[in-house]
Amino acid sequence: MARFVMEFERPLAELEEKLIALKALDIATTPELAAEIADLEREVERLRVTLYSALSPWEKVQVSRHPERPKTDDYVRGLFDDVVELRGDRAHADDQSMFTALATLAGRRVMVIGHNKGHSTKENVARNFGSPHPEGFRKAERAMRLAGRFGLPVVTFLDTAGASPGLEDEERGQAWAIARCLETLAGLPVPVVVAGIGEGGSGGALAIGFGDRMLMLEHSYYSVISPEMCAVILHKDAARAPESAAALSLTAADLLRLGIIDEVVPEPLGGAHREPDTVIAEVGLRIAAALDALAGDDRADLVERRYQRLRAIGVYNEAG
Amino acid sequence: MPINDWFKQREGRRYTVSGQGCAEPATDGVPDGVWRSCPQCKGTLYQGDVARCLSVCPHCGHHFELIARDRIEALVDPGTFAEIDGALTSADPLRFSAGKPYGTSLERACQTTGMTDAALTGRAALGGHPVVVGALDFRFVGASMGSVVGERIARAFDLARDERRGVVLLVASGGARMQEGMLSLMQMAKTSAAAGRLAGAGLPYVSVLVNPTYGGVTASFAVLSDVIFAEPGAMIGFAGPRLVEQTIRRSLPKGFQSAASLVEHGMIDDVVPRVELRRRVSTVLDYLMPAHASGADAASGTQGGEL
Ligand SMILES: [Zn+2]
Repeated sequence: MARFVMEFERPLAELEEKLIALKALDIATTPELAAEIADLEREVERLRVTLYSALSPWEKVQVSRHPERPKTDDYVRGLFDDVVELRGDRAHADDQSMFTALATLAGRRVMVIGHNKGHSTKENVARNFGSPHPEGFRKAERAMRLAGRFGLPVVTFLDTAGASPGLEDEERGQAWAIARCLETLAGLPVPVVVAGIGEGGSGGALAIGFGDRMLMLEHSYYSVISPEMCAVILHKDAARAPESAAALSLTAADLLRLGIIDEVVPEPLGGAHREPDTVIAEVGLRIAAALDALAGDDRADLVERRYQRLRAIGVYNEAG
Repeated sequence: MPINDWFKQREGRRYTVSGQGCAEPATDGVPDGVWRSCPQCKGTLYQGDVARCLSVCPHCGHHFELIARDRIEALVDPGTFAEIDGALTSADPLRFSAGKPYGTSLERACQTTGMTDAALTGRAALGGHPVVVGALDFRFVGASMGSVVGERIARAFDLARDERRGVVLLVASGGARMQEGMLSLMQMAKTSAAAGRLAGAGLPYVSVLVNPTYGGVTASFAVLSDVIFAEPGAMIGFAGPRLVEQTIRRSLPKGFQSAASLVEHGMIDDVVPRVELRRRVSTVLDYLMPAHASGADAASGTQGGEL
């Protein structure tokens, strides 16, 4: 299968193609081929290390959007048993860009809530490319309330470019739906563990994107605005997104430094899509560990601590 | 009073929509100097007349922009507003480098507005009820929400909860303040959490959305109120109209995201002219303020002893 190649990967992709072509030749008839293949393999490896050990913020944004990157439903399939999907917001529709389900992670019963990007164009159209409508947020909020009532910890997966900005989204109260998620999530009397697995686009990500323990994959991002839109606002030029990406402090490492998230989950060289099973398992282990660490906590303490955590976010001067 | 007498007393009484209710045009012969033109009716107005009408056009009712302090003064009981948290000022935590340096924007905003950031908050009384009141000023970096705005709003809710006050916020905003990156986005969660705790404490919160209210501010504390009013002509939404237009690839219907259309779509309670706002909000508080919170020293905006 042809791999989706990101702009900055092109030199690597070209070498890899050459390598595949060489390997297809008959080694028996050309004995010197073995040495050439070995050389090229070393070269490919060297370039991969060079490219991926120092990804720029903008390159990370591209990796986070990679179409083959594991999606929320890959994590759900890979990690959870006894999954009962909950559908519909009980008011307007079932928004498939938001996934909610009762599910069990290695014996731990939880509520899973995640942005639901698709794997194919067809799936992506059905799921609005992972950008929720108001009914998606209302479905998520319904799932949060349910979890709160029955003492189920909440596990969320963030992977959205942002809330859907359509005409009907506005008319049906996109802002209202997001705000209600924020209020409900803040007050939930159960542990909330957040995993950033891909894109963390603005308010649409935040609606299910804060809690008691926050982890992010190394090449995922979380940002107040997309780098492209930021570049348009600042320079009227989306092509300057790389600069904006650097200025916005949107990488997992940036957010760890700013105290917004708790841990960065390393990705294999080349990104999560190179070894999806390894990455999914690692994320599962870390979510389980976070759930166990929070399991014994008093519910009122949990809510108070979450509030104090939010209250502490912000940098300002206070004179006098 | 027997119920029959009560009905009799109301006979002939009609619900009327009040006019603009502003003062008579100046007749004292003092020249008001500056005049401005109304963008809606194109009329030529004396600045003095406009000011007496809370910056509403006396001919057509067009609502001009008001600065935060004037909005608050026009709303609360006279002389009761006492600012809090004025000492908070914005830092530049990301040393935001793309485009115009953030520090420069902040400096200029402070100079032109005389404010320390986009939100002004404080204790006040409104219709005799003890409240914490706040207003966002669009002149200050588009009234965007960074750490200081988020902190002031959150403290406003916290203070109201501690002192058993209601909260009334006059909101305008371009959204999150992108120069503070994720620190800014997280203020949405912080202010929403604080609003939720006020609600949990059984205290009322009324928001008044003015032109324009967008983005992360709309999608957080601005709409988590118990009652939402908007000023005539205010544009309110999450995504800006241009982005929506690009998304749907056709032009937007007339009135899209206007305060009036939001009433039709069930998103806000009413469009309230500025001159009627004090009475309307105060009536809401009459209904919603818990009895024990509105007694004693309510008339004073400053911290009233046991309140
Ligand atoms: Zn006019």
